[in-house]
Amino acid sequence: MSDVERRKRRTLLLLMGLAVGMFGFGFAMVPLYGLLCKVTGVQSVGQRATIGAGAARAAATGVVQDRWVTVKFDTTIHPNLPWRLEPMKRRLRVRPGEHYLVKFIAENRSGQEITGQAIPSIAPWQATGFFAKMECFCFNRQTLAGNAITEMPLRFSVSPDLPADINSLTLSYSVLRVSD
Amino acid sequence: MSTATIDLEHHGEHEHHGPPKGLKRWLFSTNHKDIGTMYLIFAFTMLFAGGLSAMAIRVELFLPGLQLLEPDLYNNLVTNHALIMIFGAVMPAAAGLANWMIPLMIGAPDMALPRLNNLSFWILPAAATMLILSFIVPFFPGGGTQINTGWTIYPPLSVQVGMSMDFLIFALHMLGISSVLASINIIVTIFNMRVPNMTMMRMPIFVWTWLVTAFLLILVIPVLAGGITMLLFDRHFGTSFFNAAGGGDPVLFQHLFWFFGHPEVYILILPSMGVLASVVPTFSRKPLFGYSSLVGAMIAIMIIGMVVWAHHQYTIGMSLGAVSYFMIGTIIISIPVGLMVFNYIATMWRGAMTFETPMLFAIGILLMFSFGGLTGIMLAVVPADMQYHDSMFVVAHFHYVLMPGAVFGLFAGVFYWLPKWTGHMYDEKLAKLFFWINVISFNITFFPQHFIGLAGMPRRIVDYHAMFTEFNVISSIGGIVFGLSHLLLLYIVIKTVRGGKQAENKAWEGAKGLEWELPSPPPFHSWTTPPKLAAS
Repeated sequence: MSDVERRKRRTLLLLMGLAVGMFGFGFAMVPLYGLLCKVTGVQSVGQRATIGAGAARAAATGVVQDRWVTVKFDTTIHPNLPWRLEPMKRRLRVRPGEHYLVKFIAENRSGQEITGQAIPSIAPWQATGFFAKMECFCFNRQTLAGNAITEMPLRFSVSPDLPADINSLTLSYSVLRVSD
Repeated sequence: MSTATIDLEHHGEHEHHGPPKGLKRWLFSTNHKDIGTMYLIFAFTMLFAGGLSAMAIRVELFLPGLQLLEPDLYNNLVTNHALIMIFGAVMPAAAGLANWMIPLMIGAPDMALPRLNNLSFWILPAAATMLILSFIVPFFPGGGTQINTGWTIYPPLSVQVGMSMDFLIFALHMLGISSVLASINIIVTIFNMRVPNMTMMRMPIFVWTWLVTAFLLILVIPVLAGGITMLLFDRHFGTSFFNAAGGGDPVLFQHLFWFFGHPEVYILILPSMGVLASVVPTFSRKPLFGYSSLVGAMIAIMIIGMVVWAHHQYTIGMSLGAVSYFMIGTIIISIPVGLMVFNYIATMWRGAMTFETPMLFAIGILLMFSFGGLTGIMLAVVPADMQYHDSMFVVAHFHYVLMPGAVFGLFAGVFYWLPKWTGHMYDEKLAKLFFWINVISFNITFFPQHFIGLAGMPRRIVDYHAMFTEFNVISSIGGIVFGLSHLLLLYIVIKTVRGGKQAENKAWEGAKGLEWELPSPPPFHSWTTPPKLAAS
């Protein structure tokens, strides 16, 4: 094998290694992504919400403010989940600092037992850290027997630290099927 | 068309053995010129396939309301148009130029790994079939839903799409493998096959741009492959990489996608910028201005370009620190890109300029690509982007970047090297006509989209408010003319292949470089003895 051939082979192997390495890097991002966000503080809104919620909960035990905020509820069921999930009240006028209870009605429209998971999000996102859920069906996976109808509670409060320019917010649930 | 181009070297064949005859010549080819030709024909075919879907989109948007297409089909066409144009047309066309020109330019007899070269081309037709199947399958009973996700294939929607998404994922895997193999081949060739005395800093800029592009491809395509593999697992094997119900994060897919997707923009543009580095000095009759700063600029683009991807995701709700970083990084990229543009302008400064078609395209690129770059800076600014995000303004922006930045550069390269490839001069009058129709109709198509975008028309939606009608009518008329104008290009190319004024070895008076020392067309095996290059 000539010198050029040997050099070619070495470059080829190095580059193949690089390509395979980058494929691995993509998978390494799965655990690293969460870690990186935590270390650098570059959290997404969702991750900040869990931190903010703690603060909001602490604040919620304090004073009740004399202003009114409208909280709207919204649900989206993904097409592969034969469920119905509706809030008993679509909107609620609340005072920051006070605790409220809203019940949702969930129905499994199929004959089989199915597990689902509700993922909450708040719009506008700036309000995310100021909405505290004390009790929520979204904390756990929910399993409904075939054709079962059940009530699911949500206990929440809005923090008095909510910026003054936000007087309305929407709590939106995406409900996904948990694959087994 | 293919029968016409097979007849590439009916003059000047004085090697001891010619190419094998018939289909075998193409199926088993290890010759960089034949493979380059096949890449170019493939890209040209896909240009028309992607163009057809664009025409359907523009016809639908001619008037508000639903005329021609169902909403899902419309979104499928949007997806299809983007993927065919990016992976089917632009990337293979650039690879075709690389295959043809890099060995000629560095004085190598062929690519370093000819059989790998054959493999990386022949994966493409299979991948393209898969890609087109992903579009067609939903029309058959039991074929599932259409791919209505757009080319970004974000979950959770892409997890819910029917089996056509699996076809698409496999098509992307194959296209990726083909690109990575071609890139490896190009780098091995450039590193090991240059003639003596051609140091790295004496290589033509086109070769440099492909070196950088190939490294980018090897670095980012496998990450996309990883991302879509996870998507496939989420779809079929019950994993939850991106499924929020199982603790996954759909935003992670966006990061993986754009880690590939943003450098992809530079992958598309850089080879065309390399073509300009050949075209502009030739027709200005001056040496290239600022060689080493061009090399530096493109390496800077490669490095910075890989760490600014999340500017496509400002609206996902990142922290203020993160969006600030991505904004500043993105704006910094305009410095090396601007440097490249100014280098080309400085090359033209006080040159004895003539305006043959490649030069017309080059000047058009500098004007329109810079314009697209400026709207890019507008989009990079976070508070402004919150307004522009997912509007037609974005569509106008990236078409102004990619049509001039990538496609017109490839056209310039095709016209510039066509005399070398075929041995015939193309019809200059027709080519200039093509340039003017093409560039004017391009602007008629995409310029109005800035206005309707700023006025609030969202992209990727089949219907629109009646107040946007006028600009959409203009845009659609321009779009149809623009699409049809490429038939003229096809005619010019076929005409040139079949005959025309015999091209000299140095087809252009001001041209410099090793490729012009070979006959036009070059013999089937060129540079079997390396050319002599004077020590600098």
